Amino acid sequence: MAGNREFMYRKLHSLLGVIPVGIFLIVHFVVNYYAVYGVESYNSAVQFMENLPFRYLLEIFVIFLPLLFHAIYGLYIAFQAKHNTSTYGYFRNWMFRLQRWTGVITVIFLAWHVWETRVQAALGATVDFNMMANIVANPFILAFYIVGIVAATFHFANGLWAFFVTWGITVTPRSQVISTYLTLGIFVALTFVGVRAILAFI
Amino acid sequence: MSQKTIRFIITRQADTSSAPYKEEFEIPYRENMNVISALMELRRNPVNSSGTNSTPITWDMSCLEEVCGACSMVINGKPRQSCTALIDQLEQPIRLEPMRTFPVIRDLMVDRTRMFESLKKVKAWIPIDGTYDLGPGPRMPESKRQWAYELSKCMTCGVCLEACPNVNSKSPFIGPAPLSQVRLFNAHPTGEMNRGERLETLMGDGGLTNCGNSQNCVQACPKGIPLTTSIAALNRDTTLQSFRNFFGSDNNI
Repeated sequence: MAGNREFMYRKLHSLLGVIPVGIFLIVHFVVNYYAVYGVESYNSAVQFMENLPFRYLLEIFVIFLPLLFHAIYGLYIAFQAKHNTSTYGYFRNWMFRLQRWTGVITVIFLAWHVWETRVQAALGATVDFNMMANIVANPFILAFYIVGIVAATFHFANGLWAFFVTWGITVTPRSQVISTYLTLGIFVALTFVGVRAILAFI
Repeated sequence: MSQKTIRFIITRQADTSSAPYKEEFEIPYRENMNVISALMELRRNPVNSSGTNSTPITWDMSCLEEVCGACSMVINGKPRQSCTALIDQLEQPIRLEPMRTFPVIRDLMVDRTRMFESLKKVKAWIPIDGTYDLGPGPRMPESKRQWAYELSKCMTCGVCLEACPNVNSKSPFIGPAPLSQVRLFNAHPTGEMNRGERLETLMGDGGLTNCGNSQNCVQACPKGIPLTTSIAALNRDTTLQSFRNFFGSDNNI
């Protein structure tokens, strides 16, 4: 199997981006959306998530380990490319470039986001509506959050398109065009959910 | 009376290790020239635009009808064959550069050895030699022959590697051309008997999974080969091959 390591890493990287990291992204955004319904709804949703059975196991195996592998191996992939959109300004080449850019932006954003919320929670801070409201009270941080959210949703949606190709699900050009439209729809919908939720904290 | 001319800006370099530089040339206009006939004109009289004697430009060529792939170079920013690059259709000054993805031997001539090495690596042929006559092979369905024929048009010209953002000095990726050849030879009813072996090679380092789906290759290919369809089809084949390897299968060959 030693010779096949790159093959396995790449396939795993593609899979983990969708399951579980992509699934987690959707759950996370949907739970955040409780903020739109008001302070009480959000706080009770956060409490429900915090009190999930096997919380630490879920966090480690569904979120942190897959995310770390995807992020670190992803950075290695991102910096291997030599971008050439100025010569070949095709749609897919731009998506290729944006996929790498948004990946790097998402890693930077997440490092900050995890530090400010999960790490602070571990250090004793209470995660609730007020915590988020305080964070995004700074307009620069709010802008950073919106950039981070859009980068993450783009990276997920376009990554899902690439997942279908990488695993050999969409082979024909037509199926790849249809899945472009499908994932574009997912991008728009998830971006709405994510941005609407963060704006609820203002 | 001012004579119509053709202007060139050519990126030159003396040998593999020396630094590239640009030199301008101007030749009298003639009808129906291609880049190669213009380069031949410059070879006859290698004087640059400022009137200084220069050296003849080195380039590679063979068939002159876009089937051998040898004369590929970057013309006005895009890699293509210089034999089918017609002067009357090009914007002037015409900029000629070597395909830098490959080692430059001199001027516009590059060394495409890596592509031929890749074809050897993936065994892009059908082994039929034996000690006795094996008789006719299995028949190939006509519908399959038709799409496989498209893949056989590959002339190893290197344009897809030049266009690919993942084929570069930082990456071990073998590039789209040899991948598509695996699909071609795996589609052949006799070639299929070595299917597993070819897929295994693609699953090794520098293989198929290095593709980042920028899909420049399919846009750049001068022969219109459906390279990204080949890549996606091989993604499916290697996925199934990895399942067969791991979980076990009697269909593993």
